Amino acid sequence: MNFSLRRVFAILTKEFLQLARDKLTLAMIIGVPLLQLCIFGFAINLNPRELPTVIAVDDPGPLARSIVAALNNSSYFQIVAQTNSPDTARSMLQEGQAIFVVEIPVNFSRDIIRGATPDLLIEADATDPAAGSYALAAFNTLATVALRDDLVGPLKARAQGPPPFNLVSHLLYNPESNTQYNIVPGLLAVILTMTMVLMTCLALTRERERGTYENLLAMPATPLEIMIGKITPNIVIGAIQSSLILLMARFIFDVPMIGSLTLLAGGLTLYIVANLAVGYTFSTMAQNQLQAMQMTLFFILPTVMLSGFAFPFMGMPAWARWLGEILPATHFLRIVRGILLKGNGAAEIWPELWPLVLFTLAAGAVAVLRFRRTLD
Amino acid sequence: MNLAIDVRGLTKRFGRKIAVNHVDIAVPEGQVWGFLGPNGSGKTTTIRMLCGLLRADEGQGTCLGLDLRTQSEAIKRQVGYMTQRFSFWEDLSVRENLDFVARLYGIRDRRRRVDEALDHLRLSQRQRQLAGELSGGWKQRMALAACMLHEPRLLLLDEPTAGVDPKARRDFWEEIHTLSDRGLTVLVSTHYMDEAERCDRIVYILNGSLVARGSVAEVLEKSGLHTFVLAGDNVRQLSRELEGKPGVDYVGFFGAALHVSGHDRDGLVAALAPYRARDGIRVSETTTSLEDVFIDLQEAAK
Repeated sequence: MNFSLRRVFAILTKEFLQLARDKLTLAMIIGVPLLQLCIFGFAINLNPRELPTVIAVDDPGPLARSIVAALNNSSYFQIVAQTNSPDTARSMLQEGQAIFVVEIPVNFSRDIIRGATPDLLIEADATDPAAGSYALAAFNTLATVALRDDLVGPLKARAQGPPPFNLVSHLLYNPESNTQYNIVPGLLAVILTMTMVLMTCLALTRERERGTYENLLAMPATPLEIMIGKITPNIVIGAIQSSLILLMARFIFDVPMIGSLTLLAGGLTLYIVANLAVGYTFSTMAQNQLQAMQMTLFFILPTVMLSGFAFPFMGMPAWARWLGEILPATHFLRIVRGILLKGNGAAEIWPELWPLVLFTLAAGAVAVLRFRRTLD
Repeated sequence: MNLAIDVRGLTKRFGRKIAVNHVDIAVPEGQVWGFLGPNGSGKTTTIRMLCGLLRADEGQGTCLGLDLRTQSEAIKRQVGYMTQRFSFWEDLSVRENLDFVARLYGIRDRRRRVDEALDHLRLSQRQRQLAGELSGGWKQRMALAACMLHEPRLLLLDEPTAGVDPKARRDFWEEIHTLSDRGLTVLVSTHYMDEAERCDRIVYILNGSLVARGSVAEVLEKSGLHTFVLAGDNVRQLSRELEGKPGVDYVGFFGAALHVSGHDRDGLVAALAPYRARDGIRVSETTTSLEDVFIDLQEAAK
C-alpha cells in the first residue's frame, strides 16, 4: 500500500472548500459554543437568588418589620408583594408569580415579647425542588439573626436560646421534593419540541431536496392545503407521544395529576401547534434536510436550557429570562406543572396561555408569508 | 388558428443575471414544438414561467387563452408539466403516485381513470412497484402518465428523454405524436437533434434570447451555412489546421469524418482546395445538419 501526502492534501483542500461554502454549518461551529458558553457561563445558576416572595403579614409589631427588612436585605429573597391576606398570597403562589409565601401571623411580635413561641410559616412552591432549596435553608438563620437585634433588655435571654419562633415550612405541590415530579412533566415539553419541530421542518425540506416540491407546486394545490396536509399527521404524532409520556408519568413515575386532563389536552394542542409553526417556518428556509436538522438543534438548545426545564428559571439573569419568555416551552412547562402538580384551572394558566397563542400566531404568520406559491 | 401559447417579451432575472430575455413564443394548438438551446440558456426557466412556477419579471401573454400573470392557477389545471428531473414520489408505488395526482386534480371516477392510464402506457404490471425502483425509461413513462391524467390541453416537457435508451425514446415520441394528433399542444425541450426533427417547429434559445425559429428546413435555410465533409485517413488530425482558416467558421467531428462549415461558400471551397489534392482524403459537399447550425450559432455568440 502506498501513502501519498499529496492525495491527503487534495482531500484536505476539498474538505475546507466545501466547509467554507456551507454557511449554516460555519455559523453552527461558531454559534453553538457561543450560545452554550453564554447560557452555562452567565445564565445558569444552580443556587438561585432573588426569588420572588410574597409576604403575608398581619402584625404591625416591630419584630415582624425586622423580619421583612431582613428578607429584603437578603440576596435570596425578593419581595414582590406584601399583603395582609394569606389567601391572596396563596393565589400568587398558585399562579407562579412567587415561589415563596412568608406568613407572619397576627400578634407575632406580641407573642414573642410575652415569651410565647409563635409560628412563622414559609410556604414554598416545590414543583421545582431545586429552585428554592438553598433559600429555604437560609431562611431560618436569617429570621433568627434578624430578631437578635430587637431582643434586647428584658428579652435578651430569648436571643441566646433556640429561635423564639417556631418555623413551619410547607413544601407545596411536591411535599417530598420528588425530582421526577418536576422532570417528567418537563420532558413532555422537551420531547414534543424535539420531534414536532424536526418532523415538520423535514416534511417540506424533503420534498424540496428530492425535487418533488416543484411537481407539487405545478399541480393545483394551494399553500394552505399543503400546510394543513403536511402538519396534521404531526399533530397526531404529537398526541400519541403525549399520551405515552403521560401514561408513563402516571403509572411508572407516580406523578400526581391533580388538575383537569381536558385542560391539559387543550394546552398540549396549543403547544404542539406552536412547535409545528416553528418547524414550518424553518422548513421554508432550509435548503436541505441537513440544514433542517441544524436549525432544529439551534432551537432545542435554548428550549432545554432557558425554559426552566433543566435549570431553575428564577435563577437566571433578566436577559436570559426575557429570552426564555419568548420560547413556547417556558410557558408550556408552567402550564403542565401547574395543572398536574398544583391543580391549576383555566384562570390560573391564562397568563401562560396567551403568550403561547401570540407566539403561535407570529410563527404561523412568518411561515405563511415565507411560503412561496412559485419557485422564485 | 388558436394559439395555445402566445407570449411576448417574457423576461426573467435572477439577481443581476438575465436568465430569459424578451422571449416571444406563439405555438398554435395541436402542434409539437421543439425547444432547443445549450445548457443554462433559459429553457427550463421559460417553461417554468409558462406553467406558473416562476413569475415573469416582464412580458405578457396567454397560455390556453388564460392570462399568464393573473390566471396562473387556472393555467395549472389545464397544463401538464414534466420536470427535467424525475419529480414523483419514489417511496410511493406507481399506482399510489397516480392516485395522488388524480386526487389533487379532483378527477372524477378516479379508479377507472388511473386504471386506464396504467393500461395505456403498459404500466399495469408494475403498478405495485415503488416509483424509485423503476428504470429510467419506466420512470419517464410513469411521469408522462401522471402528467396526462387530468387530460391537459398543453404539455410542457423539460428534457423528458435525457438518460433514456433509444427504444424508449422512440416509443415516447410515438406517444407524443399520438397525443398531438388528438389536438394536444406540446412544447418539448431537448438536446437531441433527431428529436428536434420530429417537431413541427423548433425554437432555439441562446443566453436567454431566441435566436432561431421555424421548421427544421427553414432554420437550416436561414442559417446560410454550407458544409463539406472530409473523409479518409487521419482526417481528424486536420481539424486544428482547418480551424481559423479564412472561410472556415466551424469544424466538427462526425464519426471518423470532419464537417467543415462556413457562411461564405467560395471561401470555404478555397480553404479546402489544398486538401482535395491529398492522397486518401475525399472532400464532398453535404447538407448542413441542425447540429452544425446550432454549434455555429453558439460559436457566433462567443
